[in-house]
Amino acid sequence: MTDPVLSVQGLSVETRDGVRLVDDLSFDLAPGEILGLVGESGSGKTVACRALMRLLPEPALRIADGRVALMGQDLVTLSEARMRGIRGRQLGMIFQNPTAHLDPVMRIGDQIAEAVRLHEGASRTDARARAVEALRQVGIPDPEARAGSYAHEFSGGMRQRAMIAIALACNPKVLIADEPTTALDVTVQAQILRLLMDLRDRQGVSIILITHDLGVVAQTCDSIAVLYAGRLCERGPKRGVLGAPAHRYTAGLIRCQPTSAGGEGMLDTIEGQPPAVSAMPKGCRFHPRCGAVIAVCNTHQPEQTARGPGHIAACHNPVADAAMTVSV
Amino acid sequence: MKKPALLVVDDLSVEFTQRGGAPFGLGRRSLAAVNHVTLELRAGEALGIVGESGSGKSTLGRAILGLERASGGAVTFDGMRVSGGARADMERLRRETAMVFQDPYGALNPRMTAAQAIAEVLVVHRKVPTADIPARVDELLTLVGLRPELGARRPASLSGGQCQRVGVARALAVDPRLIIADECVAALDVSIQGQIINLFMELRESMELGLIFIAHDLAIVRRLCDRVAVMYLGRIVEEGPTEDVFRSPRHPYTASLISAIPEIDPDMVLAPHLLAGDPPSPMRLPEGCTFHPRCPKAQDICRSGQPPSERRSTGRRWTCILDTKTPANEPMEVS
Amino acid sequence: MTAIAARPLYLRRFPGRTTLVVGLTVVGLMLLAALAAPLIAPYDPVFQDGTARLVAPSAAHPFGTDNFGRDVFSRVIWAARVDLQIAFLGVVFPLVIGTTIGTVAGYFGGVVDAVFMRIVDVVLAFPYLVLIIAIIAILGPGLKSFYIALALVGWVSYARLIRSQILILKSADFVLAARSLGYSHSRIMFRHLLPNALISSIVFAMSDMVLVLLGGASISFLGLGVQPPTAEWGIMVAEGQGFITQALWMTMFPGLAILLLSFGFSLIADGLGEWLGVKE
Repeated sequence: MTDPVLSVQGLSVETRDGVRLVDDLSFDLAPGEILGLVGESGSGKTVACRALMRLLPEPALRIADGRVALMGQDLVTLSEARMRGIRGRQLGMIFQNPTAHLDPVMRIGDQIAEAVRLHEGASRTDARARAVEALRQVGIPDPEARAGSYAHEFSGGMRQRAMIAIALACNPKVLIADEPTTALDVTVQAQILRLLMDLRDRQGVSIILITHDLGVVAQTCDSIAVLYAGRLCERGPKRGVLGAPAHRYTAGLIRCQPTSAGGEGMLDTIEGQPPAVSAMPKGCRFHPRCGAVIAVCNTHQPEQTARGPGHIAACHNPVADAAMTVSV
Repeated sequence: MKKPALLVVDDLSVEFTQRGGAPFGLGRRSLAAVNHVTLELRAGEALGIVGESGSGKSTLGRAILGLERASGGAVTFDGMRVSGGARADMERLRRETAMVFQDPYGALNPRMTAAQAIAEVLVVHRKVPTADIPARVDELLTLVGLRPELGARRPASLSGGQCQRVGVARALAVDPRLIIADECVAALDVSIQGQIINLFMELRESMELGLIFIAHDLAIVRRLCDRVAVMYLGRIVEEGPTEDVFRSPRHPYTASLISAIPEIDPDMVLAPHLLAGDPPSPMRLPEGCTFHPRCPKAQDICRSGQPPSERRSTGRRWTCILDTKTPANEPMEVS
Repeated sequence: MTAIAARPLYLRRFPGRTTLVVGLTVVGLMLLAALAAPLIAPYDPVFQDGTARLVAPSAAHPFGTDNFGRDVFSRVIWAARVDLQIAFLGVVFPLVIGTTIGTVAGYFGGVVDAVFMRIVDVVLAFPYLVLIIAIIAILGPGLKSFYIALALVGWVSYARLIRSQILILKSADFVLAARSLGYSHSRIMFRHLLPNALISSIVFAMSDMVLVLLGGASISFLGLGVQPPTAEWGIMVAEGQGFITQALWMTMFPGLAILLLSFGFSLIADGLGEWLGVKE
């Protein structure tokens, strides 16, 4: 197996009051892999990725523990100045709301060119050519003309494409995409997801796709990590996690999602709601909402156990192997 | 025996005027957000309205309740014309309809507790004697699955799902016969969405509520609604019983929307033929069929002339010129 | 969460708390002094002791005496009553009028809005103090005229502030929800919009009190506000200016009192603003 491009070991993020928003998160990202980081609001998925970028709002939040190795180099202990060189150049990031993350008074092409000049010291003309090329790569029609446009002249989908172009202008090794399609229509969402997969195929970039939508994950990712209340529930290849989920939460999430295939009567739900960060339950954090609690769930946090090749789950009472199949 | 229509929307249009660049209102342009829409809803029926952003589905919902001024057409609620109607008719519409919004926090006044927000409806519409208001508020909170003591909280100390339940309870305080829900689960987590959808299903059955469910999530619409109307650029391009429309969409746009739903199936990769482009701006409608620039089946006949007229058969209607099997403008069957 | 919410406000930690507490303490102490003036002040504020004119601060007269032999300390204490009243009443009338007009104009828009906002523009075209002096000149000197003048001029800032807030809030979903539930315009304006828009006005009112206080002092200084021999800080400063080289205490102590009260109001304004997240 090839060495992972990004390796996260035991990452924990704490608030000032010592509440752990992300607790002991570990995963590896292979070159060209798309990892889906799945969780509901408050699951810590966004906080975890801000921590990878070292963009936490310190001192309110800080990395309490863990190692983040990007091609062998630990990012947690890196100085802010060195980290700035890593961001954008080796780690790119795109966000849910491209409008808020694009400069409204700067031409799109200039925003890309700025990134290229800043990180690679390219000349003005080179940078401009690279910007046009980047726009072409993300499927913006007539990129020479569009480079001169402002963000407000783009549609929502085009803005997200422009964001991706900026993030990828310096050919980063890893792209972190935080809910990139949540604000978009399903038709445009499909286009953006297709674009991300194409870029992975063409440029070999590894992608961490943060989302709450298991459908998005199922169609684009190679592997999946499921977070609940800051802890990793289950991680493994897509087929294993979706086809034979072991953790009760993963199984519940899959059942909740209505499918276009229809079905009759009430939808399956997970009762209750995710815990508040200030009041994390003892034992397994999911146990108050779980339908298969056994005694140990109330008192002890479950250990991660292997469920298959590369597939681990942290559940005291996992779904039996054949008991759960995805209805199609 | 067929129930009489609770709501009839007849040829409804809503126009927005866009301020032009020049002073004194010069260069002002108008766009048709809702373009000659006709719909019917029976008591106890759930109608889904789906479409991309800019399709006019939210504007249509608001126009039905008189929250947007209609520029043409008529809305008739329970046999009573309400669009541009008398003030008394509008007041009756308000007393018998309610709306549930997308943003669970934004739809509640941040300075009012949940109980105050619900009680206000009871006070304004004199639904129950003053002395009975606290009991009725508790009853409504319980009905939507909230513990009555949560009524003392303000939106900021409730979760998104809880706020949405308060929004539903407030809507129910009206004793409505029609609820229009505008993307009411889009902002909620998947595990919570189901709870709200189930609540609507229960209420519909127990209260004979008419429900218009505006959503972009087709999977939810398929589960919840009896009929579905697909909107594109202010027009309804297809309408019919949900199962029929999903199983055999007649309009290429409907088919594209359905195929774009991401399924949780590890063996399925993204559909190979994606709908290209963005939804166009309603400021400049394309000639001919408004969908032709994105339509995978578009032919010359689609690109010019008048927008295609409506085709109908057994409770379904759609507007695609390429469908030559059904003659245009066949009168709707009366069953 | 609930555990925190249940704690009384003064025990909770929130941004701007220290600032707010210091400000409230300063203003509170001065209010207390004003209320307890008969108990604290050693002399009658208008009693003239012909034998003790321009006496420097001493044990008998901590702030010294003025040119009429009146005890400056007693006058400063008694004047707090007048000046706190000026600060309060001088802000309340413009606040109420401006808020009402701003709410109505912002909510209805159109012609109503255009008319009121043109009036605002006209009022703002004149220098603040000049306009107030002109109105007092017409109505005749005195505190009553001062309050009327402030109400006629001061409401414009509140109207503009509230109107801009209402314009933002007007498109919020909870307002649409209120309309969809058939609530009346006045209910939507005053029960739903106003409580949410008022915070920034309250913060502004606190900093406005500083301006009004200084304005009141200036007006009295010019002889158009409070009339002698009533003790008022502005008058005291005015009276003391002729003796500034011989008896600095006559101007210094009332001046310091103005400074201290203004300081207190500013701190309250800053603290409130920081706590409630209002940006100026």
